Amino acid sequence: MATVAISAERENYLNQEYGIRSWLLTTDHKRIALLYLASITFFFFIGGFFALLIRLELLTPAGDLVQADTYNKLFSMHGQVMIFFFLIPSIPAVLGNFLVPLMVGAKDLAFPRINLLSWYLYIIAGTIYIICIVTGGVDTGWTFYTPFSTAFSNTKVIEAGISIFIAGFSSILTGLNFVVTIHRMRAPGMTWSRLPLFIWAMYATSIIQLLGTPVLAITLLLVVFERAFNLGIFDPTRGGDPLLFQHLFWFYSHPAVYIMILPAMAVESEIVACFTRKRIFGYNFVAMSSIAIAVFGFVVWAHHMFVAGISLYSALVFSILSYLVAVPSAIKVFNWTATMYKGSISFTTPMLYAFGFIGLFTMGGLTGLFLACLGVDVHVHDTYFVIAHFHYIMVGGAVMGYLGGLHFWWPKISGRMYPEGWGRLAALLVFAGFNLTFFPQFILGYMGMPRRYWQYPPEFQVLNVLSTAGSTILAIGYVLPMVYFLWSMRYGKIASDNPWGAAGLEWKTASPPPTFNFDEEPEVTWEAYNYEQIPAPAEVNVER
Amino acid sequence: MFDNFPLWPVRASAGAANVDALYIFLVALSALMCVAIFTMILVFATMYRRRRGVEAEQIEGSSALEITWSVIPLGIFMVIFLWGAVIYFHERTPPRGAAEVYVVGKQWMWKLQHEEGQREINELHVPVGRDVKLIMTSQDVIHSFYIPAFRIKQDVLPGRYTTAWFRATRPGVYHLFCSQYCGTMHSGMIGQVVVMEPAQYQAWLSGGGSSGSLAASGDSLFQQLGCSTCHRSDSQGRGPNLVGIFGKPVHLEDGRTVMVDENYLRQCILSPGTNIPSGFKPIMPVFQGLVGEEQLTALVAYIKSLTLAPSGAAGKLTAAGTGSQNP
Repeated sequence: MATVAISAERENYLNQEYGIRSWLLTTDHKRIALLYLASITFFFFIGGFFALLIRLELLTPAGDLVQADTYNKLFSMHGQVMIFFFLIPSIPAVLGNFLVPLMVGAKDLAFPRINLLSWYLYIIAGTIYIICIVTGGVDTGWTFYTPFSTAFSNTKVIEAGISIFIAGFSSILTGLNFVVTIHRMRAPGMTWSRLPLFIWAMYATSIIQLLGTPVLAITLLLVVFERAFNLGIFDPTRGGDPLLFQHLFWFYSHPAVYIMILPAMAVESEIVACFTRKRIFGYNFVAMSSIAIAVFGFVVWAHHMFVAGISLYSALVFSILSYLVAVPSAIKVFNWTATMYKGSISFTTPMLYAFGFIGLFTMGGLTGLFLACLGVDVHVHDTYFVIAHFHYIMVGGAVMGYLGGLHFWWPKISGRMYPEGWGRLAALLVFAGFNLTFFPQFILGYMGMPRRYWQYPPEFQVLNVLSTAGSTILAIGYVLPMVYFLWSMRYGKIASDNPWGAAGLEWKTASPPPTFNFDEEPEVTWEAYNYEQIPAPAEVNVER
Repeated sequence: MFDNFPLWPVRASAGAANVDALYIFLVALSALMCVAIFTMILVFATMYRRRRGVEAEQIEGSSALEITWSVIPLGIFMVIFLWGAVIYFHERTPPRGAAEVYVVGKQWMWKLQHEEGQREINELHVPVGRDVKLIMTSQDVIHSFYIPAFRIKQDVLPGRYTTAWFRATRPGVYHLFCSQYCGTMHSGMIGQVVVMEPAQYQAWLSGGGSSGSLAASGDSLFQQLGCSTCHRSDSQGRGPNLVGIFGKPVHLEDGRTVMVDENYLRQCILSPGTNIPSGFKPIMPVFQGLVGEEQLTALVAYIKSLTLAPSGAAGKLTAAGTGSQNP
């Protein structure tokens, strides 16, 4: 396949070949990124639809909109869809897939066919999950706690388990591809200390995906075996131990939080650097804090189990370790803030998401201190406080990061600009809607409202109504970008190669890039974020 | 019920104020951090917004700053950790002489039994000022016993006992929630805790038709199931003498030394083979499947009564297991 043809319309990865075959059999990381983009958007709106039904049910204290069993399935499938089919693949499989080879100056990922395989695994897993939904759904919570999941639930636990088992392998293969690519395929001169911080965070994420996900796979397989073949692993009446399940599950599922948030931090560093036109303050510390999060993240899992029946002393150990993992996250927030000092700051849509990310992630992180704190966790564990906390991290953090990144790299991905005014409006709606949805839940939680309640005592209603109102604003904020991104693919202003005046190899090639990314192999002779050498774009803010 | 202040539930136990104090400290600290960070961002965003002809100033970073903003938060975190650990330690260590209430969770109800023999469903009556220890297990899936007004929560597991304790300080009716998702009617597995003045509580106790204390029903079960033929109060039995063993270490055949607590007694009854005290033969039959959770609690309560002096606020229980040590 020839690439370097510059004609009236430059040949690029999008127009080089047409037809459904050229997409389904592609090994181009950029095309696979778009395949992922379409698939995870599909699942995002399914998960979002479940969330809206949950919020509507909770508008009134009585369980009146749906049946109790239906409600239980809604929150279970909302969690599983959003975590396993949206958040975990979101930034790595879409933006990471697109950008990792471009940022390190490679033609593709190390294993292009394995990359395609990972998308097919995701699609197989997703198809099984859709079958699981339409044949009745699953009601175990996203957490599959035993012995409920193995001996009591009469829903499609096996289908859901197998589906997520397969989705896990998709995630493992993506991680493997990134690790090998970052080690082996960097362009000449692209030393480790010249890597964009995006790559450092993506590398840390990949390590977690590689080491953590197999444990989830084993755990889910054991659940399926116990349920299908009556083995006694977790069910005490068959000689098993239900706490063993929780240890295994959280051994993956706590690090999984970092699979979701580290990539958002990756995006954050790039956006903040670009729109302050500065090198990130404390590059080494930000890079190393990603690695520290990946390492410490593996030794804090039992902070999900402080009231589960673990020993007093192990609770103390896991509490103190949880505080250690908070330090590198704090370092990142301080460094992004310090980067703004004496910067040249512009308020584009990606930067608005970046501001939003810092705000919401900071609040999510600070409320994490409450939950790591033994004395307070006993009261707020399994209440809406926890729900609010992890949505601040996983929606306020990870989804804001994802949307910010999508806007930032959209010119590179599509070759077109999105409408800036609409972009800013959507960013503000998401921020406002998010806070209105989830802030009341902190108060609800401390008031004592347990999570996963289909009906609730009437004194909790006012806060629940606020939350539901917020969720409708949030929904509009999420639908808008989908509409204008689709619109911009045809009608958006043609993007230049580097519309933001950004540093980084991905901006040195065409928008959209040619199939093999660079017309000639780049040689890196500069440090990361060399903004002093790059002219700022003529227009201060890129308007339509 | 939540009319005194809308931001937290009423404080009705001795521990609630401690938890709230730490919570308020954390809220204040978080608010301070948010205000500091957000103000800085706003100030920078205003002062350094992009202007024509003004370039950003490249600053490499500062190790001194990095160390400062790593070490100071870490120090604060350690204070929070210690403060939280102290509260947790206190919450997890029931005082001696606490009155015991046995709790069995099942889909979707709470069954509670007092030492005095009173049984309740989805309701727990306790007097003000008494230490109450909950000894809990589940008949099916994992549940969680949560009383927001007391700031206590403990998962309730099948196949073992978990414990929690509280001392109610304020009469009233408070929520009892199941906070671990347990199936269809998880949100219906709720009840209430009725905290009463001691006099009212006595009236309530005498009002119900109790069939004798929990230990006494354990006693009759003990004889019914034939336990008393081997477990005798002299040293002649084929099984160990159970008088005075509770709360003391026991040496096992396999070399381990374990503390005799509720969970140990439970395991010994359900699957004796794995917990043989040294010097005895593995001849005791397995009772797994033969005794239900409530019978099990009665047996455990009875065996405990052979050791524990009826004391403190627990009160009513008369001398341990009289008449049980039939020759």
